[in-house]
Amino acid sequence: MKADPKGVLTGSHYIDGDHACCEGALAAGCRFVGGYPITPSTEVVERFARRAPLVEGAIFIQMEDELAASIAIQGAVWAGKKAMTVTSGPGFSLMMEHIGLAAMTESPCVFVDVQRGGPSTGLPTLPGQADMMQARWGSHGDYEIIAISPNSPQECFDLTIDAFNLSEQYRVPVMFMMDECVGHMMERVVIPPADKIEIVPRRFTKLPPGEYLPFKPGEDMIPEMFKAGDGYRLHVTGLTHDFRGYPVMSADVQEQLVRRLVDKIRLNEPKIRRYEENGVEDADVVVVTYGITSRVAVEAIEAARKKGIKVGMLRLVVVWPFPEPRIFELACRGKAFVMAEMNYGQIFYEVERSARGKAPVILAGHGGGTVHEIEAIVTKIEEAHRCLS
Amino acid sequence: MSVLSELQKASLSPTPDFHPESHPMDDFLRMDRMPHIWCSTCGIGVSVNCFAKALEKCQIPLDQVVVVSGIGCTGRVAGYVKVDSFHTTHGRAIPFATGMKLANPKLKVVVFSGDGDIIAIGGNHFINAARRNIDMTVICVNNFNYAMTGGQLASTTPEGSVLSTSPFGSYEFPFNLPFLAESVGAVYVARWTSLHVYNQTVSMVEALKKPGFSFVEVIAPCPTIFERQQKMGDGLDRLRWYCENSDIRNGASTKDVDIRLRDRIVVGKFVDVERPTYIDAMNAHYRERLGAKYKDYEG
Repeated sequence: MKADPKGVLTGSHYIDGDHACCEGALAAGCRFVGGYPITPSTEVVERFARRAPLVEGAIFIQMEDELAASIAIQGAVWAGKKAMTVTSGPGFSLMMEHIGLAAMTESPCVFVDVQRGGPSTGLPTLPGQADMMQARWGSHGDYEIIAISPNSPQECFDLTIDAFNLSEQYRVPVMFMMDECVGHMMERVVIPPADKIEIVPRRFTKLPPGEYLPFKPGEDMIPEMFKAGDGYRLHVTGLTHDFRGYPVMSADVQEQLVRRLVDKIRLNEPKIRRYEENGVEDADVVVVTYGITSRVAVEAIEAARKKGIKVGMLRLVVVWPFPEPRIFELACRGKAFVMAEMNYGQIFYEVERSARGKAPVILAGHGGGTVHEIEAIVTKIEEAHRCLS
Repeated sequence: MSVLSELQKASLSPTPDFHPESHPMDDFLRMDRMPHIWCSTCGIGVSVNCFAKALEKCQIPLDQVVVVSGIGCTGRVAGYVKVDSFHTTHGRAIPFATGMKLANPKLKVVVFSGDGDIIAIGGNHFINAARRNIDMTVICVNNFNYAMTGGQLASTTPEGSVLSTSPFGSYEFPFNLPFLAESVGAVYVARWTSLHVYNQTVSMVEALKKPGFSFVEVIAPCPTIFERQQKMGDGLDRLRWYCENSDIRNGASTKDVDIRLRDRIVVGKFVDVERPTYIDAMNAHYRERLGAKYKDYEG
């Protein structure tokens, strides 16, 4: 399905990542945003508040807190809208319970986290990449989500559309993991015509009331949806539930449901997987990175190459689910890894785990507040290279 | 043998002419989920019954009705009513309902939950939804305690009440819900007890018909915990107590309707005023500010 032209601001724009994310959401068909102001994400909702009155069917509401924002979007989803909320670290922490609700009720929606330095109030105006593990498993219980990390305003536009599409395809909350730098960086953003933008529509059931079971999965493990007001008169609960949506307090139903919530993402990882490789094939050292750090890593790789080291880059675009098989494959081919990220080892441990002892993995991390010093990554590349000899 | 235990005994023995497949509430209740979890003579079922009657009287097509609940005993209402129903997280039924109503204004959105859910953990959402005048009806069954978890002190617990986390009696000042609701902008506010089934139903009808944020508080017995802990007898004793100790005072000033443990309870319709709903205010505002390029939001 093609995008609805009403939400697509076709043309070439000079805007920051926050604004581009908002335009991506509108292009993707998002017509409901519940927000709560928090630096450095606020510009996303500011733009949506300004745009919504003139896009038919779109509405913005500034909720009273992040708990409210993160569940208002789910009310909107079950009434038929595509919806997102936008926040940063402290607000993301408050949203965790509702990420779990969205996972449990399989409500397609997008959570944008423009990451800043943490923990706690941390560095409101400066970047961080330390919410990555929280994005994956921050809510209680066992579930899987999808997380995407853009590294430019253009990607903030393009990948926000992908975030919505993946959320509809897999009926899962998608975490859009920006950071302060990408959010506030201004670059050219090209928005294509609506008929060039592919949109995944909501997977509504075609079965009539009485025959349709709201949580009975299809062959791809995803159940079809209904929306309130269509005459199905069904129940949706955050309790463990059977195919009818009825609560069932039993280990059997829990196993059936939670196993599927996990498997529908894990087993589809090859389809969801997305990363960008540069010079990996003949490299001795592979720098794994994502988001704004990837743009510093490019410089570091160039500097290391000048020093005669064969270095490649693997940039994660989809971070969760993690491309474990690819990392293992590269590890088996004798490459060393440098994990460059703005934290003290979140994806680093994933790379180390995926390498299964077959390759050295070195962390180029720091606590946030600024991007890496190029030299700091070069030093780690050299250290990794020494491990090979 | 008390009246209650006789009733309990009767409810356990098989009744020859009982046909569960043709219950009068068939069209409204999920009979395949019976029996429900509520205790005998709990007030929640009474309110569900009143709500069903109210919907019938309003002639609202059930396909358009959405019931949203949070967590707790009353939070289970959503699971038993045969309409589109959403059992959300603790305290957050109102913001879920807000999103739903704004996304599709044609829906008749009802939040049905308990005092702990709506007023304590969800208090921020309650005051903000009322302030915004979101077009929804909030039915709050107030049993003065957290019953699902075994009877703990709540923000509505009358001073002096003995509960598991106020073992020597509560010394906290409780919320006066009608006063709170009125002060933050609710356009319709009523309170009844589980005894007042007719009045409760009438108030639900009025609340459902009222555009904007309408609020019905129902004082309900929790015989298993609250009444037992206060040594107030069983549910029927409590209904008798309501009968003898309720003052119907429609239009009473809400600041005077606070509840004390063994004092008389003021019930009635307290507030019924007009104010533009959130969506009406938004449409009027944008029409004025943006002119012809703005199309009224209809979902």
